Formats: sequence, structure tokens, C-alpha cells
Amino acid sequence: MNILTVFKQMSWTARLGIILIALYAFMAVFGPYITPYSETQIVGGEYDPWSAQTWLGTDNLGRDMFSRLIFGARNTIGIALLSTFLAFVIGGVLGLVAATVGGWFEAVLSRIVDMLMSVPQLIGALLLLTIFGTSLLNLVFVIALVDSTRIYRLAKSVAMNVVVTDYMEAARVRGEGLVWLVMFELLPNVKAPLIAEFGLRFCFVFLTISSLSFLGLGLQPPMADWGSMVRENASLISFGDLTPLIPAAAIGVLAIAVNFVVDWFLAQRR
Amino acid sequence: MGMLYQVILRRVFIGVVTLFCVSAIIFAAVQMLPGDMAQQILGQSATPETLSALRHELGLDQSPLTRYLHWVYGSLHGDFGTSLSNGRPVAEMIGQRMVNTLFLASYTALIAVPLAVTLGLFAALYKDSLYDRFVNVISLAAVSLPEFFIGYILILMFSVTYSVFPSIADVPASASFFDRLYSAFLPVLTLTMVITAHMMRMTRVAVLDLLMLPYIEMAKLKGLSRFKIVIRHALPNAWAPIVNVVAVNLAYLITGVVVVEVVFVYPGLGQLMVDSVVKRDFMVVQACCCIFAVVYISINLLADIISISTNPRLLHRK
Repeated sequence: MNILTVFKQMSWTARLGIILIALYAFMAVFGPYITPYSETQIVGGEYDPWSAQTWLGTDNLGRDMFSRLIFGARNTIGIALLSTFLAFVIGGVLGLVAATVGGWFEAVLSRIVDMLMSVPQLIGALLLLTIFGTSLLNLVFVIALVDSTRIYRLAKSVAMNVVVTDYMEAARVRGEGLVWLVMFELLPNVKAPLIAEFGLRFCFVFLTISSLSFLGLGLQPPMADWGSMVRENASLISFGDLTPLIPAAAIGVLAIAVNFVVDWFLAQRR
Repeated sequence: MGMLYQVILRRVFIGVVTLFCVSAIIFAAVQMLPGDMAQQILGQSATPETLSALRHELGLDQSPLTRYLHWVYGSLHGDFGTSLSNGRPVAEMIGQRMVNTLFLASYTALIAVPLAVTLGLFAALYKDSLYDRFVNVISLAAVSLPEFFIGYILILMFSVTYSVFPSIADVPASASFFDRLYSAFLPVLTLTMVITAHMMRMTRVAVLDLLMLPYIEMAKLKGLSRFKIVIRHALPNAWAPIVNVVAVNLAYLITGVVVVEVVFVYPGLGQLMVDSVVKRDFMVVQACCCIFAVVYISINLLADIISISTNPRLLHRK
């Protein structure tokens, strides 16, 4: 009931966002059960037009576009969620601990983060991918590492206001350890801004991964992924065919949906 | 005034130090390579003799510090080493491409900055009006769209459906200035749409934050019109945040440039970098990375200096 009332109070943009996100989640979870063909199955000629068998035609290798579009939801969103989560674990934990401990630990870490942040994110990711190679695992770690600097900054600045409160002081005097301080005193009080940030960072990570895939440096073939689907079929555009734009639109619509919800969430708290 | 120069000098100094640290980080990152560069180039089947010969040729038998200093010294003199994939000097490969990329970026900035600041100001001026809400939704959508999506839609509209602008922005070095403006128009439009949305939203917020201050309340109580309040009272104080907004977005432009250059096959630094990542040509990637970092740091430095000089109060901030 509670969720329904909240849903009713939302702005129309946020409601639209929620519905769209649910649709994407459905595609990601149940993808393999609803697609007519598998991710890598070759079902026709190259660049077949839209037909009853292949709803959106086939791609550059003759694989079904529609099936790959739905498989793409699982791969693209899954990798982006994993990277964002990892980035939050690295950046969030370091940020909260740095704020709690303070002293030279915080000073040194913050300077290092400042340095890392003066390399633009995509450029930093490109450098690291050159060094470690473009495997899936490397991609997740590189994106998480590059993004964690931003999360460190936010987590630290939010936590700075909390570590000076009386209840933190009381817990410290009580002799609680670092883990307790961070997990039970600090974290519950900085949760809300971090959740909103999670939405924004997810969008950012998702767009970065899609851009990397589009550049041929993200998810590797034969995995279906929206960014690389645009890249592989881009030549169709010069013939006035819209098909390669559909995966690109899928990326855009999800990012818009998340942004709509986050925008509403942030406006709520003002 | 002497104080201002002191502060600016200190900022420039910090900027230079940051730059050195960043170059060290980039250099160190490349050294973390599994195996070493010679191993990477020759592959697993290389004999120990050829390996050690190549190590000597690349200077890998010297200490990392010596190599770093050598590299920095060379880079400052415009010598970025030789490319691993084709043996040409990296500086030669970068030269014209850097000019092209800077051309693309400044062309975009010239259109996007005035446009975004004006749109943002009006959105703040008529807050909660139909215009404000409309622009807000549109810009929120534009922020979320990947650059290549916008790029391809523009190609579809302006070069496939109506052949107004070329879809491939490959300019020969001999092209005249107007030819360049013409053939780079679609990439510029793409970048403009992306960063205008960001910049506009942030300008709006910056001005709205100011409008909540007591002296604006006072101006309102005096009965001034909203237009006059924004232009005469809010704007002079809003320059510093607006300059920061512009700087953040110009820095963002660097990232956008990479994708857009690939979409439009524009012969710039971003495309070179992506190609080199695929070939794992460390020398080129390393050099491009440094150049992007230099631009990024300089833009932020410039923004800092401008905001300090437009807002004397920042002089006394710790």
C-alpha cells in the first residue's frame, strides 16, 4: 500500500521513469525466455530487413536484432550495475573511513584522489584498458576504479558533517571500533544522498560503458551489447535505415528514466 | 591588486605541480604492464637476445626514474618518442590532429557557451513557468542520450534524408577556413547539444541559488521587477559560479570529443587515441592522455583565476 501511495504522489516524469525501469528490469531478468532466438544464433542473411521472422531484421552477421536487443539489456545493465556497485564499495568505504579516521590517512588519500580526478574519466579508462587489455573483468574493475574517485569525494564530504556530531563522539568515547563507527553510526545517516548518487553514477557508468562498447573497447563480441550493436550496424544509417538507432535509443531511454526518478527524489528532499 | 597576483601565481604553481604528478601517475601506470613493453611488442615466442636488444633500444634497461625524467624532458621539447605500431615519431602523428581537435572544441565552445548561459538565465528568470519546465525536461533528456545517438540522428536528418551537411567530417589539410566550418558543422552541433543541456541546467541552478539570498529578497521588497533583479543584482555575483559551470563542461567536452570524432570520422586526437588503444600502442596513448590532462587542468586553472578576479571575496578564502 505504502509503495502505491508514494507512486501516486510522484510527478508524471518520475512515474514514467519507474515504469520504464521496471520494463528494462523485466527484459534483463527474463530475456532468455522471451526471445525467439539465442544471442549468437545466425538466423538469416546479413542486414535482412524487418520481417515476421526477424522483427527488427538481422545484423551484420545475420543474427536476429530483436533477440540481441533483449539480451543486450541483461549484459549492458548487468555490467553497469556491477561496476557502479563495486565503485561504491571502493569509493564509499574509503570515503567514510577517511572522514572517520581523519589525520594523515585522509590527507594523503584526498590528495591522491585529487590527482586522479585531473585526468578526464573516459581518458583514464582508455589508458587503463590499454595497459590491462579489454577483457570483461578488466572493464568492470577499470570503470569501478575510475568512478570511485567521485564517490570518495561525495562520501567524504557528506560524512564530514556527521563525524562531528555528538552521537559519533559518544560512540567514540564508548570505545567502539572503526567498523562499528562506520557501519552503525555513520552509514545510516549518510544513506539518503548516497542512494540518490547511486542513481546518477549508474547513469554515468552506463553511458561510459556504452560509449566504450561503441568505440569497440567495452563488452567484446559475440556478447550482445547496445553500444557495440550500434557500432557493428552503423553503416546501415547511410542508407536511411533506422535499425542501428534502436539500441542507441534503448541506452538513452534507460538513462532518461533513471534521471527522471533521481530528479524527483532530489526535489523531494529540498 | 598585488594580493590578486600572489593568489594567481600560487594557483598556477599548484597547477604545474599537479601536472607533474599526473604525468608521473600516467607513466607509472604504463609501467604496471604485465611483463614489460619489449615482451608485449615481441610476444611470447621472442628469443632472450632479441628481447634484451629491444629492451636496450627502448631504454628499458635504465632505472624507471631515469626513463621518466628522460620522457618528461623529451615531451617538453615536443618529442613524445616513437610509435610502437608504425615506428613514426608520436609528435608527428599528433601534430595536425591536435589542431583539428582544438578547432572542433573551440568552434563548439563559441556556439554553446553563450547559448547555454542565455537559456539558463531565462529558465531561472521564469522559474516554474511553462518555458522553464519544457527546457528542463528537454535538457534532462539530452543529458541522458549518448553522444553517438545524437550524432547518428543528425546524420540521418541532415545528410541522409536532406543532403545539407556531409556525414564524414574528414577535412584535408589544404581546406579553406569556411570549408572547415562547413564540414565540421554536424560534429559541432552534436557536441553543442550535449554540453548546452548540461551547462544550461547548471547555470539555472547557480542563479536560482543566488536568488534565495537575503539581498535579493530586499531587492524584491523594494518592488524591482524580476528581470532587473536577475540582471542587475544576481548576475554580477553569479559570474563566478557560471564560469565554473562553463569550465566543468568544457572539460566534459574533452570526453565527448573522443566519441564524436569516431562517429564523424573526424581526424582528431580522440580518434587517434581510440585506434592506439586497440593496437595497444602505449607511447601514443600515454602522450594523448597527457595532452588531454594538460588541457583539462588548464581549463580548470583558468576558471579558478577568472572566478577569483571577478569575486574579490575568494581572495581571503583559505
